[in-house]
Amino acid sequence: MFKTFIFGIVLGVVGTIVAVLFVPVVDQARENSVVTVATNGGSAEAFHINIPTDRIVVGAPGDTPTLPPGLTWPDELSTASADMYKLRNVHNAVIGVASRVVLSDAEQGDVVEWVLHLPARGSLYVGMDVDNVQDGARLGTLHRGTREFAKTQGAFSERWVAGDSNDELNRGKIELVSRFMSVAEQTSAVQ
Amino acid sequence: MKYVLALIVGVLVGVLAAFALLVYNPLAGNRGLTPLAVSDQSLMQFNYSGVAAASIAYTNDGESTTKPHPAKVLQLWEAPVRRTDAMMTVLSDARGRIVGLGIKYMSDSEKTNIVNGDAIVDSVWHIVVPGRGTLFVEQTENHWGFLRDVVLPAHLSAADSWKGNWSGDMTAGPGALGTARVIGGSGEFAQRTAEAVESRTAKAYSTRQGAISVEGRIMIEMQALAADNDAP
Repeated sequence: MFKTFIFGIVLGVVGTIVAVLFVPVVDQARENSVVTVATNGGSAEAFHINIPTDRIVVGAPGDTPTLPPGLTWPDELSTASADMYKLRNVHNAVIGVASRVVLSDAEQGDVVEWVLHLPARGSLYVGMDVDNVQDGARLGTLHRGTREFAKTQGAFSERWVAGDSNDELNRGKIELVSRFMSVAEQTSAVQ
Repeated sequence: MKYVLALIVGVLVGVLAAFALLVYNPLAGNRGLTPLAVSDQSLMQFNYSGVAAASIAYTNDGESTTKPHPAKVLQLWEAPVRRTDAMMTVLSDARGRIVGLGIKYMSDSEKTNIVNGDAIVDSVWHIVVPGRGTLFVEQTENHWGFLRDVVLPAHLSAADSWKGNWSGDMTAGPGALGTARVIGGSGEFAQRTAEAVESRTAKAYSTRQGAISVEGRIMIEMQALAADNDAP
């Protein structure tokens, strides 16, 4: 009986170690990436944010209404505003979270930046060119990508698409489009 | 019958022994001194509260120990974002003055490996400093030390809480020395790169409320960021 007990201990130790090694502790849920080939090389991917249903935080100074109720915006950040949203792919599935920051600065000019965080893929840090608006879309560039987007460069655009003015739950959407190229691909294209 | 009982008891003892070995593995979890602590460059430090209720807003799947704040904030319940926490908080300098805004996204990483003592979280910070510019911090964090030394003792405690003094670096990469990568976006930080380390000091934790007294710090090595030394 003692030998059986010892065998049980060994079985328990080995079984636990094997289970911990081969059963993933974290398995992020994924939606299929909907990527298309861009006209001049690279890839394009469109995201959108439904307004108002995808708004997580609306933070702004002064009398501007904030969201959620009870949120207090610090007086020290009177030149900054920040919004946080759920981010969707073209199939309208939530695939991540995103934030848009606006910094008003009399000396350096206004700054508009996005951070898109896709848990299973990586993050995008994008700076928008405040004055560069074409066909209703503001253009910007990718400052930095992480993980899946680490070796990419390219352009980004944001555009407001109005929805049904009679529908409180469908005022419109913010359309975001990335047009990225891998760094190696871009280098060979230049050569 | 008694052989079956002996086997079952043996397996249970073995499972417990294996878990004890994994949790108290002396070869895992302790990273020691942060490389920035011995840097001769000037450091820019931002402090923030690690307590969700002290942030501007904090959200997650709504079922975690840390409760979303404010209570009516939209929760991340959809499958692709369920293992993600998002925080918007004020950042203060060493004197406690609010100097900026920080937005942090944290997602459990599939690189998590309990055998090696790696409880990995992929996270990014978007830091906004009015009057100076914006920064982006990319890092992988290892929460193993915090889980082992703070969260686990709280769960084992009869009071469902932990009190003490714990300090540790959360940043574990992706830099070669276990540092985070920083890139400037605008203002005086534009186009500059640097390294950073995020650390945490905990004094109280509850299994019902999450962090009760936790302070966080982000130290950014200023070498490549700014020529002047007017860091906050």
